[in-house]
Amino acid sequence: MAEIKIRQVAKQYGSTHALHSIDLEIADQEFLVLLGASGCGKTTLLRIVAGLETATSGEVWIGDKRVDKLPPRDRNIAMVFQNYAVFPHLTVFENIAFGLRMAKLPQTEVDRRVTRTAELMHIEALLKRYSGQLSGGQRQRVAVARALAMEPEVLLMDEPLSNLDALLRMEMRAELKTVLAESKTTTIYVTHDQVEAMSMADRIAIMNKGEIVQASSAVEVYRNPAAHFVGSFIGNPPMNFLDATSAGEGVWNVAGVQLKGPVSTQKKLQFGIRPEDIIVHQEGSAEAMGDRPSMVATVRVLEPLGSHLLASCRIGDEILRVVLDSDAPVKPGDELRWSPAPDRIRWFDPASELAVA
Amino acid sequence: MSQSTQTAKLMVDGPVHGRGPWHRYVFTGIVVLLCLWVLVPIYLLVVNTLSSPADVNAFPKRLVPDVNTESVRFFLNFAGVGQALWSSVKVATLTMILSILAGAPAGYALSRFDFRGKGSFRVLVLMTRAFPLPLLALPLAVMYIRVGLDDSILGLALVHTTLALPFAVLITYSLFSGIPIELEEAAWTLGCNRLEAFQKVILPLVLPGITASAIFAFVISWNEVFAAAVLTIENRTLPAFLLQGLSVAPLHLKFAGGAVLVLPALIFIFLVRKYLFSMWGIANR
Repeated sequence: MAEIKIRQVAKQYGSTHALHSIDLEIADQEFLVLLGASGCGKTTLLRIVAGLETATSGEVWIGDKRVDKLPPRDRNIAMVFQNYAVFPHLTVFENIAFGLRMAKLPQTEVDRRVTRTAELMHIEALLKRYSGQLSGGQRQRVAVARALAMEPEVLLMDEPLSNLDALLRMEMRAELKTVLAESKTTTIYVTHDQVEAMSMADRIAIMNKGEIVQASSAVEVYRNPAAHFVGSFIGNPPMNFLDATSAGEGVWNVAGVQLKGPVSTQKKLQFGIRPEDIIVHQEGSAEAMGDRPSMVATVRVLEPLGSHLLASCRIGDEILRVVLDSDAPVKPGDELRWSPAPDRIRWFDPASELAVA
Repeated sequence: MSQSTQTAKLMVDGPVHGRGPWHRYVFTGIVVLLCLWVLVPIYLLVVNTLSSPADVNAFPKRLVPDVNTESVRFFLNFAGVGQALWSSVKVATLTMILSILAGAPAGYALSRFDFRGKGSFRVLVLMTRAFPLPLLALPLAVMYIRVGLDDSILGLALVHTTLALPFAVLITYSLFSGIPIELEEAAWTLGCNRLEAFQKVILPLVLPGITASAIFAFVISWNEVFAAAVLTIENRTLPAFLLQGLSVAPLHLKFAGGAVLVLPALIFIFLVRKYLFSMWGIANR
């Protein structure tokens, strides 16, 4: 149990920058998820913390100890790999006991810890088997048990669920969350799956092109994306973006309608709204419209998804996705009158791509 | 029943799937021809070895001869055979040890590290086989006489090691590459240093393959005749001894000598065939 401090960590491969000066602090017992598309540097960062990769510059601290010059075995970490990395020549028991034997713990302690973690991961019946006799899900359980048995200060997980099928992944997700909350171990968890990230994390650090764009709670990341990238990466469907042009002090022209927005010297901004934060006004009913300005969009494609109806619309040459009620009476070609929920509008600077308050 | 016939038919059809029966006959014919090419000499060798000296020269041959071990017994009691056999074993064993000691680390390095010139190194390893031994034999012999390695077990083993090393490097390279790096990394995070991770995780997994590669090195040395004939006089290995001694020996003795040489090599290669296939890129099953 310890906090992790990552200070100005950068990694270069030849002339390519895999990581640009990353600063990140992870509190004791926190569950932090590194989320990003493949190639964004999230795995590289995790491997630098693990000691499997060396940073070009910067420092890594675990607790009060600077670890970036130490080999993995001296960092008091345990890691779970994407392809499980269960040793094929050892039984499940010996796999879980591997690190404990390396640490020369007495046999009674080895037995105790193996039994305890095996029970925790529900694999106590498999202890005599070899990895070849296990399913993918069981192997992943062994890998997690092996890491937990070390009782490390920091647990590092590199896309541990991505090799499992969808149903099993959902089951393991909930189970892993319970187990990790109980173990109270500081955890860094790498994934490209936003649902996994949002459902498990205390805090999500979203990475793009070797930088951390935003590190906040799931709701914060969803509601208040710090950058255009976060809005377009998080959420399914992602946030809608429309061009906005200045129409005087704090007033912006979006799709032919004037909206109140931030005071800025910029001539252009981007207006962002989540598909479910769009209020659609039924034909003829003026209720709830009040004095809100309403915009018009033409429905192009309808996707009935059961829980809701997803409508892809056009405004000029821009695309707007709207989440509608499952039985909303619309058909392709219809004109939709809509307005954004005022407290959910977000603004972005098109040059820096960052959010504007 | 009908299903199993169908499966069998499918398997036969496999390599020439979707073409006419004519292709299948050609395919089968070529396979048979290649098998005969290899098997007939071995058959004749074994048959003549096990025939009595009189039968060897007789014609026509009987398909299954009366087993007669006279030639073999005579051959084995022939002066110098025992010593040559012992030399062969010593040279081959030393070759085996040297090529694994040098080859396995090279194979490991090739599979685990990226270094400048890695591609060229792999080609160069094979290039060592491009120089015909006769070309190297004379300068080698001169050099050996200068440093005093001539006519020694070690000297010959060194030459055989250079012959076996490319195979040792490439076989172990493919063995190590077949083991996910994550297994090693997992061991590092669980308290191992590089050496311990190698001992506890990698070694147990590659040991069968290393053994195979060692046996292959043994066979290369066992079969090698040219360097052995040039570089040794007193400590002749069996092939060199036979080359010298049997050219004037009667036919049945030549057959017996040939069989003694071929059979161990055949048995060894048969034992390690799986790993040779994997080296040559043929599926490992």
